[in-house]
Amino acid sequence: MQIDLRTVSIKQQRNTFDHLARRFGDKPASRYQEGSYDIQATENLHYRPTWDPDQLIYDASITKIVMADWYALKDPRQYFYNNYTLARARQQETAEANFSFVESRGLADMLPDELKQIALDVLVPLRHAAWGANMNNSFISGYGYAAIFTQACMFHAMDNLGIAQYLSRLGLLLGDQEALTEGKTAWLDDEAWQPMRRYIEDCLVVRDPFELFVAQNVALDGLLYPLVYERIVDGYLSAKGASAVAMLCQFMNDWFDETRKWVDAVMKVAAAESEHNRAILQEWTEKWSGRAAAAMLPVVRKALGADADEVVGEEVAAFKARLKKVGVDI
Amino acid sequence: MDMQVAKKKLSLKEKYKLLTRDLGWDTTYHTKDEVFPYVQYEGIKIHDWDKWEDPFRLTMDSYWKYQAEKERKFYAIIDAHAQNNGHLNITDARYLSALKIFLQAISPGEYAAGKGFARMGREFPGVGTQVACQMQSIDEIRHAQTQIHALSNYNKFYNGFHAFADARDRMWYCTLPRSFFDDALSSGPFEFMIAIGFSFEYVLTNLLFVPFMSGAAYNGDMATVTFGFSAQSDEARHMTLGLECIKFMLEQDPANLPIVQGWIDKWFWRGFRLLGVVGTMMDYMLPKRVMSWREAWNIYGVENGGALFRDLARYGIRPPKGWDDAEKGIDHMSHQFMLALYQYNFGTAFHSWIPSEDEMEWLSKKYPETFDKYYRPRWAHLSKLKAAGTPFANMGLAKLCQTCQIPTVFTEPDDPTSICQRETEYKGEKYHFCSDGCQHIFENEPEKYIQAWLPMQQLFQAPINGDLGAWMNWVSLIPGKDNGDFDGSEDERNFAAWRQQATSNQ
Amino acid sequence: MSTVFIALQANEDTRPIIDAIVQDNPTATVNRQPAMVKIDVPGSMTIKRETIEEHIGRAYDLQELQINLITLSGNVDEDEDSFTLRWNS
Ligand SMILES: [Fe+2]
Ligand SMILES: [Fe+2]
Ligand SMILES: [Zn+2]
Repeated sequence: MQIDLRTVSIKQQRNTFDHLARRFGDKPASRYQEGSYDIQATENLHYRPTWDPDQLIYDASITKIVMADWYALKDPRQYFYNNYTLARARQQETAEANFSFVESRGLADMLPDELKQIALDVLVPLRHAAWGANMNNSFISGYGYAAIFTQACMFHAMDNLGIAQYLSRLGLLLGDQEALTEGKTAWLDDEAWQPMRRYIEDCLVVRDPFELFVAQNVALDGLLYPLVYERIVDGYLSAKGASAVAMLCQFMNDWFDETRKWVDAVMKVAAAESEHNRAILQEWTEKWSGRAAAAMLPVVRKALGADADEVVGEEVAAFKARLKKVGVDI
Repeated sequence: MDMQVAKKKLSLKEKYKLLTRDLGWDTTYHTKDEVFPYVQYEGIKIHDWDKWEDPFRLTMDSYWKYQAEKERKFYAIIDAHAQNNGHLNITDARYLSALKIFLQAISPGEYAAGKGFARMGREFPGVGTQVACQMQSIDEIRHAQTQIHALSNYNKFYNGFHAFADARDRMWYCTLPRSFFDDALSSGPFEFMIAIGFSFEYVLTNLLFVPFMSGAAYNGDMATVTFGFSAQSDEARHMTLGLECIKFMLEQDPANLPIVQGWIDKWFWRGFRLLGVVGTMMDYMLPKRVMSWREAWNIYGVENGGALFRDLARYGIRPPKGWDDAEKGIDHMSHQFMLALYQYNFGTAFHSWIPSEDEMEWLSKKYPETFDKYYRPRWAHLSKLKAAGTPFANMGLAKLCQTCQIPTVFTEPDDPTSICQRETEYKGEKYHFCSDGCQHIFENEPEKYIQAWLPMQQLFQAPINGDLGAWMNWVSLIPGKDNGDFDGSEDERNFAAWRQQATSNQ
Repeated sequence: MSTVFIALQANEDTRPIIDAIVQDNPTATVNRQPAMVKIDVPGSMTIKRETIEEHIGRAYDLQELQINLITLSGNVDEDEDSFTLRWNS
């Protein structure tokens, strides 16, 4: 028997789960709240890790940053698995359409050789940098504290992998498998890429999750994305007629625009927590962004030549202004 | 302009290799040991990470695309379920106990697994392995979230769901899954893969999600079926990862065999103990039954597990040490577990009950060798006490197994009339166990297991100091609402009244 | 011989896929349970893209199987044309 249950009006017994009522009051909770707050075990952890008996399984003290409540690091996008995945699936459809537009119209072959070469030289080795970013965010997600922060890092890690794969496809489209081989050789041996590779490899041995967040997501990406995708791809290459390359990079541009809001929010809340945090964040940001700028310079030179110093200088200034807004003055 | 030469279309395997495997490089500014510091100490030898086989070659574009499709379907169904009072479609409010256990005990484990796989996604030195682990990490976040979201609407109408986050950390029966996942997370990367990838995914999730979820469908719960099957579609990938990982370790070096076998022995038994809960849910908590725990075990344990171990025999792997003891326990464990839950139901945030005459008939048909002989008389005895107005409550403190943390309620493998208890002395302290399996696990790693948090001992420490009311407060259990016999509970009354309202014309 | 299996959600999308699997694996047994269909085959099972395409009348990517997959058993081998499950024993 099929009963029409919609018409029954029955009284709810409660609005939400206890832990959410304690945080937000006795009212219905959003799906973001239900899926993110307090879902990591906090008490009565059973065993210490055999891989490092000085740590707890979930340990807030492995970073120098101190938060009274790590769940304060809210994601302004309020991403949980569902809306994150749907957002990326939509962007992926656009990216797919862009790739097939460029491919079906033979736009890659119409690119002037010189511009095509610049695109390959600058973009293809970055697939390895994006893979490094993926490992770093996987680390932050794995060892960071509180789901609200660490789930966003895992989403970020998967985005980094997606970007590495778009860059690989770009390489294949513009220069076939040889382009990937050459890009990897450059990444490993070309002098211009070594400061960048060294930066990434130095990140791979940082085991303070919040410092790694600053090194990778704040400092490096904060300079790399504006310089590569805004200045070189959208600015220089498009102006010279290589807008097909910009089409293939749309995902990266949109992505940086979106994710920097999250990165800024994390920094802002962590810095506002205490002077202790602010001082550490300033120290880390200063140290890593200085190195990131130096690592970017020879890469930017590949496209912009003598203008590179000036452009990097401008973007460093913009970066400092951005960080100042979130309370980190360098 | 020259005609462009049509580019050779890459095969799935080639594409995956270029888009994933080829992203990695051998670091030179830091050594491999510095970058991957945890892959040595367990003693597993890997000579060539490139030999790793990726069974599902998912790139992020397909991952996002297919997962988004699953997500759209899932949320459409649970939205409709909430809007249409879908909870009134379930066969019987007793069924809710299974969902309460699920949310308190299983969903937090999904999250923990996700955390562990984020770590593995970083700690393994092979891109293929890392990516598979990372995808599993966000999948597991997905499972925790879809489960919470599906059960959120039940929480609005029924008791026992509201404090699942508190229960996860403090409730005595939640320490069973918690200790399982904490054990895995505190292990090295390779053991973690056996614990979760193999034991939990390959041996357990089929039993957890497949027959039980089919049972949820049979009991009118579309929200649960949907999260169950939707999650399980990811688990198929996870199981395959677990299996690949075992094969990889065994193929890389013959010296890995004894280590891997030891972990299989350990984690099979850990997993099997955890399954006691699932067996009880299937045999007792689904008002309409699809299959018994025994039948499910025959399909997914004996048949499927058997096939797996026959397959692995070519590497020298034998079935897990506890396999025979497990088989001997199958026809007993759900009954013993449910009897224990019933006796301690003043301390559970879900209801239990004495099975009806009908249900006992079904149980005796499904368990012809054991039910009438051992368990029907005990239920009959409990019925008599209840009818006399003196329902039995076991206020004595249960002795917990130091390893699996289940009260020692299971019987000797070869004697269903005596409780199985084992003891080990370590550094002057006595430790208790429910079985040979759990005792062996302890004795192999005593320094780990002496750290276990034991909820019964907590009862006598501050702030509780042996006061039951204070304990209930501490675990956020509301007496008279969340706990006790289903018979006479608020959930029973409300469900009946709401159903009545729905089926009559007021 | 060990049995491999695949279980799919029972819905409109999977009906033709199940028909295709049965067509390609004559020794298959189909078990219909609430909300799911489990297909057992002794030894090994191969799912072919072409056969599914014949049944659904459009191009099909075997990775689409993921959407309605519930569980499986056996070693997996997948390429663009076929999806195979096998026990080596
Ligand atoms: Fe899961
Ligand atoms: Fe899983
Ligand atoms: Zn035990």
